[in-house]
Amino acid sequence: MNLDEQLEVNSSPQSPMWQLILARVRDFYREPAAIFWVYGFPLVLAVALGTAFRDRPVERIPVAVTNAAGSPGPLWAETLESLGKDPRIELRILDSSQASKELALGKTALVVEVESAGLVLKTEKNRPESALAQGVVEAVLWKTKAGSASQGSGSAPVSGKAENRIRVEETAETGGRYIDFLIPGLLGMNLMGGGLWGLGYVTVDLRVRKLLKRLIATPMSRVDFLLSLVLGRMGFLLLEIMILLGFAWLAFDVSIHGSVATLALTILAGAVCFQAIGLLVASRATSYEAVSGLMNLTMLPMYVLSGVFFSSDRFPQVVQPLIQALPLTALNASLRGVINEGSGLAEIYGNLLILFGWAAAAFVLALRLFRWR
Amino acid sequence: MEAIVCQNLVKTFPGKPPVEAVRGLDLGVGMGECFGILGPNGAGKTTTLEILEGLQDPTSGDVRVLGKNWEMDGAEIRQRIGITLQETRLSEKQTVAETLELFRSFYNRGLTLDASIAIVGLESKRDSRISTLSGGQKQRVALACALVGDPDILFLDEPSTGLDPQSRQQVWEVVRALKLRGKTILLTTHYMDEAEKLCDRLAVVDHGKVIALGTPVELIRQWGGGNLIELGTFGPEPRREEILQLPGVSGAKSVTDSRAADGTNHLVLRVDRPHETIPPLLALVEKSGAGLSSLNVRQATLEDVFLALTGRNLRDETP
Repeated sequence: MNLDEQLEVNSSPQSPMWQLILARVRDFYREPAAIFWVYGFPLVLAVALGTAFRDRPVERIPVAVTNAAGSPGPLWAETLESLGKDPRIELRILDSSQASKELALGKTALVVEVESAGLVLKTEKNRPESALAQGVVEAVLWKTKAGSASQGSGSAPVSGKAENRIRVEETAETGGRYIDFLIPGLLGMNLMGGGLWGLGYVTVDLRVRKLLKRLIATPMSRVDFLLSLVLGRMGFLLLEIMILLGFAWLAFDVSIHGSVATLALTILAGAVCFQAIGLLVASRATSYEAVSGLMNLTMLPMYVLSGVFFSSDRFPQVVQPLIQALPLTALNASLRGVINEGSGLAEIYGNLLILFGWAAAAFVLALRLFRWR
Repeated sequence: MEAIVCQNLVKTFPGKPPVEAVRGLDLGVGMGECFGILGPNGAGKTTTLEILEGLQDPTSGDVRVLGKNWEMDGAEIRQRIGITLQETRLSEKQTVAETLELFRSFYNRGLTLDASIAIVGLESKRDSRISTLSGGQKQRVALACALVGDPDILFLDEPSTGLDPQSRQQVWEVVRALKLRGKTILLTTHYMDEAEKLCDRLAVVDHGKVIALGTPVELIRQWGGGNLIELGTFGPEPRREEILQLPGVSGAKSVTDSRAADGTNHLVLRVDRPHETIPPLLALVEKSGAGLSSLNVRQATLEDVFLALTGRNLRDETP
């Protein structure tokens, strides 16, 4: 071995941060199982749950009736009577704005607006139960007309030329189906899992393998190291979000109602928050068992309480303040606001503050507790 | 300037009871020297090394590496040292070249990628993933990671532990080559042959203290005696006082005996000149009516040094 020839020295190293990020990226994409769990699994969940809950039979059709004619006239009374009699219909009387909102959120399948001269059926064309409701309501009104005709009465306001008086208005207020509820929840869940695994588990893995210790024996900057974890994670995340939202849009017609910039800010807040919590979870743990336990301890309550699969409103009022303060609850609420209802910053800033608060607290604590060895 | 100096180094790990891993240890390693810390498991070798590497803080004592201390000039020292830990699991999914490129990126100056791969002889594995390498090859990658910053001092913690004989030889080749290039090397080992073959000077460490210091030859001469005669007899036991008075036998304390399970007696004699001792020794055995079952003459090794110093074998756990 001719050492002098071999010990060629140079002084133009690569950027350490870039090298650290590259190492993270390679570690990830060379592990097929990881790719499935990060990118594939949420889609499987979306398909399974989206399909399962879409096909659930509607037992009673929720229909809202609103009065747009000023004072309640005979048409109003008759409509209420005929629809109210039908056992398939669950009739509620709402004011106009409330009715539109419930239609958008999927709480009602159809809105019947009673005008002075006729009826307007407001349907949601993307929702099967809305079309069903329209069919049922029309049939009821037709039957009334047929019944009235046989009695020889032409005075019944719904009968006679009822078909001319019924106007159908289609809206495309997607955002109220179960899948619309689910997708932001899955996104939030992914941000949580990604942050905890991407920073928490990865760091502990490096510590267990003594690679963390080996790295800090080099002149590596610790800031570079932490930033590489964060930036690497953000890169994966971008792909995750695009895949999940793209899929939801193509397969289920879930669209983003709010601004993309607001959505990006919300996602960033969530990502930073859960990465900080991931770092905190990893600050002391020296075994895979310990970090898995801590991660489950952190994530499991939020899976259940924070409204991933079902609304967190279902929990008792007493515990609501606690639930609302959880980072995933805040994140899911913001994501649903932006994606489904088109909320802007003014509506979600409270939740974003909760996220940044958690992020700051977790990060400060993590740096205090962190063990590099 | 000495490459590494530590004085009255103490490291106590808190606990019930506190563990005194290092208890007042002094070391001085010259520039260009290959220095070995030899001792059984638990003697405080790794703790000492990690303090010198800046990975642990001493409880008390003074440490200087390249004339600098860790609190003031840690970043500078890190640029100029390379280390291997006793156990590091490099990322399995990265290739050899990728791993070294990462480590190279941390140093202001250092070897080219190809040079660092060549020096550990892994050219053919350049683009193989770490997961496909043998234990010996992984250890050589770890060595290359230590070398890639072209360090002035190398710290190697048990560089050949757990490797097969051929891999050990390859690791030793690399260390020898670095020695030739004038690198300062501080290694720990509990292998006698490794210490004898690689190290210019040795500190024998036990219970967190240096109990002997010198070149391997000095230590063997001082503590192991020049040569050893291993004598096995059966029947009546030869009288030890008589044996000790034979010409060339030195030092009563160097004689050990044990009664083996098969009923034979074993004696180990420290002697200066075996050829003068053996004829009268055989005559003595014959006179005592015992039979001869074995007779070996060998040179003393560091193993004998350690045994003489501590009364224990090196591989034994520290009690």
